[in-house]
Amino acid sequence: MSAASKAGVIEAVRKTGVAGLFFVRLLGACLPALARPKLIIAQIYNAGARSLIIIMLSGLFTGMVLGLQGYELLNRFGATEALGTAAALALLKELGPVLTALLFAGRAGTALTSEIGLMRATDQLTAMEVMAVDPLRYVAAPRFLGGLIAMPLLTAIFNVIGLFGAQLIGVQMLGVDHGTFWSQTQSAVALKDVTEGIVKSVVFGAVVSLIAVNEGYHAEPTAEGVGLATTRTVVASSVMTLLLDYVLTAAFM
Amino acid sequence: MSESASAAAQVPHDAVIDVRGVHYAIDGRPIFSGLDIAARRGLITAVMGPSGTGKTTLLRLITGQIYADRGVVSVFGKDVGTLGNAELYASRQRMGMLFQNGALLTDIDVFENVAFPVREHTDLPEPLIRNLVLTKLEAVGLRGAAHLMPGELSGGMARRVALARAIVMDPEVLIYDEPFVGLDPISLGVILRLIKQMNDALKITSIVVSHDVHEIESIADYSYLLSEGRVVASGTPAELARSDSPTVRQFMTGGAEGPVRFHYPAADYATELLESPR
Repeated sequence: MSAASKAGVIEAVRKTGVAGLFFVRLLGACLPALARPKLIIAQIYNAGARSLIIIMLSGLFTGMVLGLQGYELLNRFGATEALGTAAALALLKELGPVLTALLFAGRAGTALTSEIGLMRATDQLTAMEVMAVDPLRYVAAPRFLGGLIAMPLLTAIFNVIGLFGAQLIGVQMLGVDHGTFWSQTQSAVALKDVTEGIVKSVVFGAVVSLIAVNEGYHAEPTAEGVGLATTRTVVASSVMTLLLDYVLTAAFM
Repeated sequence: MSESASAAAQVPHDAVIDVRGVHYAIDGRPIFSGLDIAARRGLITAVMGPSGTGKTTLLRLITGQIYADRGVVSVFGKDVGTLGNAELYASRQRMGMLFQNGALLTDIDVFENVAFPVREHTDLPEPLIRNLVLTKLEAVGLRGAAHLMPGELSGGMARRVALARAIVMDPEVLIYDEPFVGLDPISLGVILRLIKQMNDALKITSIVVSHDVHEIESIADYSYLLSEGRVVASGTPAELARSDSPTVRQFMTGGAEGPVRFHYPAADYATELLESPR
């Protein structure tokens, strides 16, 4: 192994260690942060409500594509009445949590990283420390909790709108029977499928928020540093989401 | 006028902040090598020195954001290096610090910025917080700006708001990091007077880090001149003005030639000009 790649491995391990330690400290700060519900609500609004439009639009189009592709595929086997089931399971188990997490990383994760990074660059975090206020408790923990709470809610909205989109194309446009679409969906979707989606969305929410907050908190306090940290948030969140998606899917088999 | 060696020997009995024999290095590059500074109760202590002599680093040592490699930094009679987190935070509550750029929290307005430490550290009722904040804002002449957001303030106003925030918890020690940088003459005069007033009226021990020699010398009770990681001269403004040390003279008169190098170390000028371009 060359010296450069050795150094790269060491740096990667060190960064993972820093993120791990940060996560432990962040968890420790979460309980006291619950004493300031206003801050957490503000962050749920920032990460959640402000991502609503992009989540709803993406959910609708994803559902519509599912309706088209699903119909085309099922039609080959003469099983178009299973369209509702196919769309619901695809959304609940995979597309909902994964796409929401990817969109969430791009929309809310980057905002979190750049905001915290700029707070670091303009000495706001240092000022808090000097005022004997722990920035981990005041800045990082509410943002982490806000993201953690917002993610499953956004996923649920994505799923509902997605299913509506699939129905719009399958039933209204392509003529699948309305009653069959919904009754098949109802009987085929089990609680386990819903749980899988919820667990995934909670895990993705935690990972994306952690990465975003960690990158911002440890960003180099310069314009370039904050920019790089924001990019790293999107890259790391996306890769981690897809990796964990595989792990969780396997675990639920 | 006392040179550093003799200054190290005498620790004032009323020193609130005492930095003794501090060594500190960043990435192997020494910032301080045997620094001795004391801030006495109720006085304005100035720490001057060329850019890059670690003045801001000194403030970070005093507030316990970083720790000395060797030597002792004691604040309120306790060694900062040995304090636990809770004790460190308790000691910070007795200090106020004015940052170079104000460091106001950008997502809340001026009023809430000043109220921030009060809300975080006390359970005072809202009317009392309101009165407290308005009193401090009045003291810096910005009561009318209470509803503005930090982004709407000029540099001088932001620094005055930050000063109101620094004094809102009635600290025993106030630390100023380059309070005069980039201010217009009026704002500068106002800040200068405010520092003096805070000190006179509230008997606050003040440490002012600055390289604006003439401004700071007009209000300081005692000054330290840092260069290359050590105190090269200390004394009252009058003593420093009389000093015949070349370093002090160079710094006070702003000369490019003298013991303090203006040029970053480089190869011979003529040789470099005649070299073929890289």
